Amino acid sequence: MKKTFRIGGVHPHDNKISAEAAIEIFPAIETAYVSMAQHLGAPATPVVAVGDKVKVGQVIAEPAGFISGFVHSPVSGTVKSVAPRADIAGNLVPHVAITVEGDEWLEGIDTSDTVVKEIPYTPEEIIDKVKKAGVVGLGGASFPTHVKLAPPKDKKAECLILNGTECEPYLTSDDRIMRERPQEILIGGAIMMKALGVTRGYVGIEENKPAAIASMTAAAKDFPQIEVVTLKKRYPQGGEKQLIDAVIRRQVPSGGLPIETGAVVQNVGTSLAVYEAVQKNKPLIDNVITVTGSCLPVQHNYKVRIGTPMSKILEVAGGLPEKAAKVISGGPMMGRAIANLDAATVKANGAILVLTEAETRRRPESPCIRCSKCASACPMGLEPWLLNKLSRAGGRHAELEQERVYDCIECGCCSFTCPAGIPLLDMIRMSKAEVMKIMRSRPKK
Amino acid sequence: MNKFIVSPSPHTHSPESTQSIMRDVLIALTPAMLVSILASGWSVLALICVSVVACVLLEFLIQKYWLKVPVTVTDLSAAVTGCLLALNLPPNAPWWIAVIGAIVAIGVAKMTFGGLGQNIFNPALVGRVFLLVSFPVIMTSWDDAGSMFGVVDAFSGATPLGAVKEGLKNGATLSQLTADNLTFSQQFFFNAGGSAGELSAVALLLGFIYLLCRRVIKATIPVTILLTVFVISGIFWLANPERFTNPVFNIFTGGLLLGSIFMATDYVTSPMTTKGQIIFGIGIGLITVFVRYFGSYPEGVSFAILIMNCTVPLLNKYCKPRRFGEVKK
Amino acid sequence: MTGTILFTIVTLVALGLLFAVVLYFVAQKFKVEEDPRIATVESILPGANCGGCGQAGCHAFAENVVKAPGMDGFFCPVGGNPVMTKIAEALGRAVEEKAPMVAVMRCNGAIANRARTNEYDGYASCKVMASLYAGDTGCKFGCLGKGDCEAACKFDAIHVNPVTGIAEVNEDKCTACGACVKACPKGILELRAKGFKNRRVFVSCINKDKGAVTRKACSVGCIGCGKCAKTCPFGAITVENNVAYIDFTKCKMCRKCVEVCPTHAIHEVNFPPKPKIEPKPNEENV
Repeated sequence: MKKTFRIGGVHPHDNKISAEAAIEIFPAIETAYVSMAQHLGAPATPVVAVGDKVKVGQVIAEPAGFISGFVHSPVSGTVKSVAPRADIAGNLVPHVAITVEGDEWLEGIDTSDTVVKEIPYTPEEIIDKVKKAGVVGLGGASFPTHVKLAPPKDKKAECLILNGTECEPYLTSDDRIMRERPQEILIGGAIMMKALGVTRGYVGIEENKPAAIASMTAAAKDFPQIEVVTLKKRYPQGGEKQLIDAVIRRQVPSGGLPIETGAVVQNVGTSLAVYEAVQKNKPLIDNVITVTGSCLPVQHNYKVRIGTPMSKILEVAGGLPEKAAKVISGGPMMGRAIANLDAATVKANGAILVLTEAETRRRPESPCIRCSKCASACPMGLEPWLLNKLSRAGGRHAELEQERVYDCIECGCCSFTCPAGIPLLDMIRMSKAEVMKIMRSRPKK
Repeated sequence: MNKFIVSPSPHTHSPESTQSIMRDVLIALTPAMLVSILASGWSVLALICVSVVACVLLEFLIQKYWLKVPVTVTDLSAAVTGCLLALNLPPNAPWWIAVIGAIVAIGVAKMTFGGLGQNIFNPALVGRVFLLVSFPVIMTSWDDAGSMFGVVDAFSGATPLGAVKEGLKNGATLSQLTADNLTFSQQFFFNAGGSAGELSAVALLLGFIYLLCRRVIKATIPVTILLTVFVISGIFWLANPERFTNPVFNIFTGGLLLGSIFMATDYVTSPMTTKGQIIFGIGIGLITVFVRYFGSYPEGVSFAILIMNCTVPLLNKYCKPRRFGEVKK
Repeated sequence: MTGTILFTIVTLVALGLLFAVVLYFVAQKFKVEEDPRIATVESILPGANCGGCGQAGCHAFAENVVKAPGMDGFFCPVGGNPVMTKIAEALGRAVEEKAPMVAVMRCNGAIANRARTNEYDGYASCKVMASLYAGDTGCKFGCLGKGDCEAACKFDAIHVNPVTGIAEVNEDKCTACGACVKACPKGILELRAKGFKNRRVFVSCINKDKGAVTRKACSVGCIGCGKCAKTCPFGAITVENNVAYIDFTKCKMCRKCVEVCPTHAIHEVNFPPKPKIEPKPNEENV
């Protein structure tokens, strides 16, 4: 029987309509707007000034703290400005704007297609290279990868799980790279296993991607330590905790870190970025972005330089149709609606999804009929209906904490499944933020 | 450029809605309704229509003119209540009985608690029990209205459960009583006598399978109730087969199937977690068996469900779902 | 028959007496001694339990004010000075008069002044909306109009106007309890001195963006040009982060700033109309 996680989950229609679109190289842009906040943690500090000439792959910002990251120039040209610019939510974030002139790469970056399999580096060297290349988790949370590759001393990693589940509907960028570059992904996995000092690796892929499973399984013949695991199609299988549960049957304790199960999860896209960083000296300057939507005439998977405005991508992809009502960065379950289309892509952007009004308009809220579908769907075993009730009552933070609102992974299963159209996640997310704030303000024991 | 919509995730929704769920329940009730129409004629159809119209109209009037809140009859929940109420009445009950039942069900049991989702007790059952205690004669006279199209043999008189109870009271033994009672196939496919919805176990089971396939309900509650009834009545029956009816008879007669499939599984008045649902089901099963064996009423499903409805808030409070990370190794 | 009735009456009376005695002794046993002044103070308080004073309600306020040595740090914003004077009298203490305050709405970005650039389709709460993104206009600072302030107000004194899409304070009802100020995720509302004859001058904008950005987003936003600060004879106006702020403790209500403001972001309220100058188009009682 195919594996899957043990609690909750929903089955949204997968809509992988862009799965057959091979990865295309996105045409050169005029100006790249590189955000300094492309990773979880403190925004990076720019180290270039207006007028500086930069090459592709050159460091333009350095980390400002332990959980932070390097940012590299995705293009070659002249720094136009170092100033705040609106991100997809319309909030101002420091950006470095670079006017593109040609495509001159920094020396030492291997731009050839040759696959380099030998790993001549020590774990410390690998972690350093990954850090210097500005690699972050490409699954969505953009957690700096080098931090995850160096777990706390008292925690021992036992295995690495590569996340190729891509459980979000519509998204196909991971599917495409698994089909087109399986070897590189597995070498990236082997590199990370070496860095972590583990001998066991898994690639979790959902059954709705048979081509990716075939190509990864074929490539994995050369990697006896890495096993390709076919998983049932079920959302949110790609959640870190759910994936660990699905693959190695261990559950992260409440409030604990995933490493406590001995597993380290990395997205397949991250794995590819690690491969390029370590074997090719290529920093993370581009990523594969799915441009999809049932209303778009053509579906695309583009390899896009970071810092490309979303509006530019949509324009090249064929423009927005009249009936487009919502543009989302990411998938329909956890992606963020874009309020500002001129915002530039960041490292963790995996998709631009265009939905029509009929597909996305929320239905009016009606009374809770206590069907408990939300509780059955919650992959964390919470009771969204109760959390919603407590949130609306106001000031019930103690009870919310007791009901473990802080365990919510914001996967959206509850809101998705609610027949009454209650915005459960809106309420829970708000309460979670409040409760976490209260919990953090408490003195540590 | 058109104005885009911005909202928090998720950006998509399952096709299921309150209305679609209620519609599925109505569809699942159709076989049972057809059987009773076939068995007892147009009068049952009229009864169902009166009951549904009364429930929907009442909810509409109360919401629109009394509470002055948005009218939500289109969610079909009132229609489901109406249907269930009609199926809980004797097939030949007068139409005004259905109207009184609707007033109690919608007006008292549902709207006074705040409408859909707020009621503690299953509205249709409250309606039925109110009628049962207020109009005991009408509610327990099962005179057959005349079978329609001559499809089935008319079976007039008391319900099987009623006949047994009456017989036992008069000192008869079960073997004497069941001699002229039902065969197994009669129990399973059709047993005339009883409320409109109780006639055919197979019709109700068809509805059950439909609801399970559509994932409208989970099997937990009905299965626990039936298992409990089977086991408990089995113990009694083995102890004294002359005094206590056998388990199969208990499951297929009376309102047990109708109650456990359609009324005990009512979302609003049943517990939210599997653990709670199992306790709920066991409770209903136990009370049903004890009322049937030792109570003064021949049938106890309605009372059992209503009594267990009271425990739902407590069950919700103390039965928590299995949290992630709490798995026993 | 008579016997039955008699029996019933006697039993019930006996039971009643028995319970009364038991209850009396229980009440005596568990009696809580409370300073009688607490009850006095509580009776003077408005009893709205709004929490505007910072205490957990009127009873807590009374309890704590009686315990405290003086009146420092205690002020009932709802009852205002009259109530505080009464309390002070009851406790035999002196009280300092405080200037009455009122909640002031510092955004004039009505739909007509500030074009909507997208449509929000989530739960109607400013808090949820603000945590999601900057807002449905080009202005990141302005009123979101989802009514968290309205929900927080216990005095029915603030409402989101469906026509303008922004909140409006009803100054007659406002008690300056500060609930709306806490509820607003954008920090738009401010408690300001009610002013002589309710007259007030304030900057109705908190947009910290540069002038050009503000201008593009909203026709009545403060662009931080600083004209008002230069004009003010009393040094009451400061311009920081591209937005002007009038210190109401220094403002003498000369209204010179109102005239010079190029975007009419400075509002004057409850002043009699000036005979010579035509009223400003964007003035609105807030």
